[in-house]
Amino acid sequence: MSGTLDHSLQNGLGVYYLLVALMNVGFALYYQRYAEPRKPASATLWWAVAGFFALHAVAYGIFHAGWIMPKIIRTTVDRFADPISYTVLSVVGFAALLYWRKPLTRPQVAWGILMFSLLLGGWSFTDDNFRQIVAKEDNVPITMLIYSVGFFTWLGLYRAVQNDERMERGEPVLEKLEDEKVLVWPDLVYTELICMVIATVVLVVWSILLKAPLEQPATNAKAPNPSKAPWYFLGLQEMLVYFDPWMAGVVLPTLIIVGLIAMPYIDFNREGNGYYTFAQRKFAMVTFLFGFLVLWVVLIVLGTFLRGPNWNFFAPFEYWDPHKVLPLNNVNVSDIFWLQWLGTSPATVTFPGYSGSQLLNVIWRELPGLILVVGYLFVLPPLLAVTVFRKFFIKMGFIRYFVMINLLLFMASLPIKMVLRWSPLNLKYIVAMPEYFFNI
Amino acid sequence: MSVGDYIRNSQVWKSIFRHPAPRDRRNRVVVMLTNVFLHLHPVSVRKSGIALSYTWCMGGLTFFMFLELTITGVLLMFYYRPTLEHAYNDILMLRDVATLGILRELHRWGAHAMVITIWLHMYRVFLTGSYKPPREFNWGVGVLLLVLTLLLSFTGYLLPWDQLAIWAITVGSNMARATPFLGHEGPGATFLQVGGVPLIHSGSDARFLLLGGRFVSGDTLLRFYVLHCVAIPLAVGVLIAVHFWRVRKDGGISGPM
Ligand code: HEM
Repeated sequence: MSGTLDHSLQNGLGVYYLLVALMNVGFALYYQRYAEPRKPASATLWWAVAGFFALHAVAYGIFHAGWIMPKIIRTTVDRFADPISYTVLSVVGFAALLYWRKPLTRPQVAWGILMFSLLLGGWSFTDDNFRQIVAKEDNVPITMLIYSVGFFTWLGLYRAVQNDERMERGEPVLEKLEDEKVLVWPDLVYTELICMVIATVVLVVWSILLKAPLEQPATNAKAPNPSKAPWYFLGLQEMLVYFDPWMAGVVLPTLIIVGLIAMPYIDFNREGNGYYTFAQRKFAMVTFLFGFLVLWVVLIVLGTFLRGPNWNFFAPFEYWDPHKVLPLNNVNVSDIFWLQWLGTSPATVTFPGYSGSQLLNVIWRELPGLILVVGYLFVLPPLLAVTVFRKFFIKMGFIRYFVMINLLLFMASLPIKMVLRWSPLNLKYIVAMPEYFFNI
Repeated sequence: MSVGDYIRNSQVWKSIFRHPAPRDRRNRVVVMLTNVFLHLHPVSVRKSGIALSYTWCMGGLTFFMFLELTITGVLLMFYYRPTLEHAYNDILMLRDVATLGILRELHRWGAHAMVITIWLHMYRVFLTGSYKPPREFNWGVGVLLLVLTLLLSFTGYLLPWDQLAIWAITVGSNMARATPFLGHEGPGATFLQVGGVPLIHSGSDARFLLLGGRFVSGDTLLRFYVLHCVAIPLAVGVLIAVHFWRVRKDGGISGPM
């Protein structure tokens, strides 16, 4: 296979695979020399993986073999990638992670997943379209975000699983084992110093290797396509697909902030304070992790890597074609009600008996949607209080429950609107009052 | 007498460090109490609380990033003027001419890193349930710090005054015009009028306040510059002080009862 990869890129890949191979050497040596008890079979496996990566390192770094990821894999991935499959897969992965947290956080399994993702990343990097997006200077933090969030999710769940098992056996949690007091000098100040030195080195190396981007001087005349907010807001920008700016850009962010501040006062569960655990605080864990991992990080990754010109979806190996056109035939609840059920055009609907007020006419037109929204916000909470959340309601009291349920319902509104949009209904707005900038 | 002993016995050294080196228990306590920076810490802490596998050192790293950004930020201010005439060219100069050619990089990548470390810090605090009583209030202080950190990043994004900058800020600040009641394209704004004259229009709404104009302009640049270099860092500094104070007052880093 001869390729079109230039030599400096191949040298870079060579170094990359070499580092990954060395990581595996370290991992294998651990099982061979230090683990109690020694695990020679595991060591052999990771030696083999190290060899596999070393092979890549030699191929790219020395022979410049120019291997490119097989076309068939890329086209298959692209064929199945769209916002639906991406989001659904993420949610399924999330559920699997929490459900099978015990087997999945076992060090060798987690390591295997990491290695698989590094291999996939390395292979994908040989694709021009993929590389152009991922290697963009300001997108580099997203790769760091993915790996650091992945690592710390593993670490947190791993410790939680260990603690849960310990508590089941009636043993104290890990944190309890180190209950004694130590002096801050030297124990803490040295840790801090080392962290600072490492952080400095990382920043300096990062700064030398990667130039800060600078594009053409600013002009109001020509907007780049796509125009994107800074990466940490791309989750919000992605919400614009499903909500109008007043919801995605103002109401929901405000509620995120308010909700975070309110959280300690809502969470009445006194267990799990000061140690890692999953079993003792399942509801809090599932809700927060869903919000942070799926609704925040996964959407940022989508907004950064997979949204191109005109905010269209582009599969990982697809060229960002500014002329790509996607058919949009979204309908609103009022269309369904008036047009599909009653056969009249919603535009001609007027308030019965009196048509002089535009506001009344619009409210009448949108009444079906308004009823749905009012039901969601005002009927659902008491219903849930006497059914699913009965125990919560009793323990929390009215105010706490009221705040929590509203936050939950707003949080759930995003996935709900996503599903409604993707469903055969193609639903855009539940309430559509563009006359008053009031679309939900 | 070795050189080291000579220095440690000099009047100068003793005037700075008022006690012997922290080699024994007593002096390890004293060093924490006599140094204003070390005094941010308590003298002794629970061992589990400072384990790297527990805190990930993420709060510390966030603080480190803040300090690093303050220092590199001050240096950048020597080279940068927030005007339409100069801003872009000053950045070009920084890239092409200035010595220590990675100043801008250190600042930009440090800012990205801080956003990541603060999220991870919050993640850790959540996973260990450390927001529970008695630390509810400090969690709230943390959330404000998070918001301010994102605003710092956001205001700084505009300063290079290139296409990336103004359009990212345009996209971000467009949201403000949809603010309910306060944005001219926000729900409810049409109802705020006096005698048929709308109170909220593109020249008086939330977005105008944010940008100092109807679109991202030189006035926006000045506004964001002042927010970025003075107002928000000051607020963050104050809140960090409160945050650290409360970490200690709430009983130090959390741990099992
Ligand atoms: C500029 C931003 C911030 C700085 C410099 C900072 C710094 C720190 C430091 C150094 C600690 C000591 C323990 C540790 O390192 O984990 C700490 C603890 C804490 N932080 Fe932050 N933090 C920041 C933002 C936040 C945010 C965004 C939150 C949550 C929303 C938060 C909530 C807390 C809480 C509740 C504690 C006590 C945790 C415990 O006792 O285990 N902080 N912070």
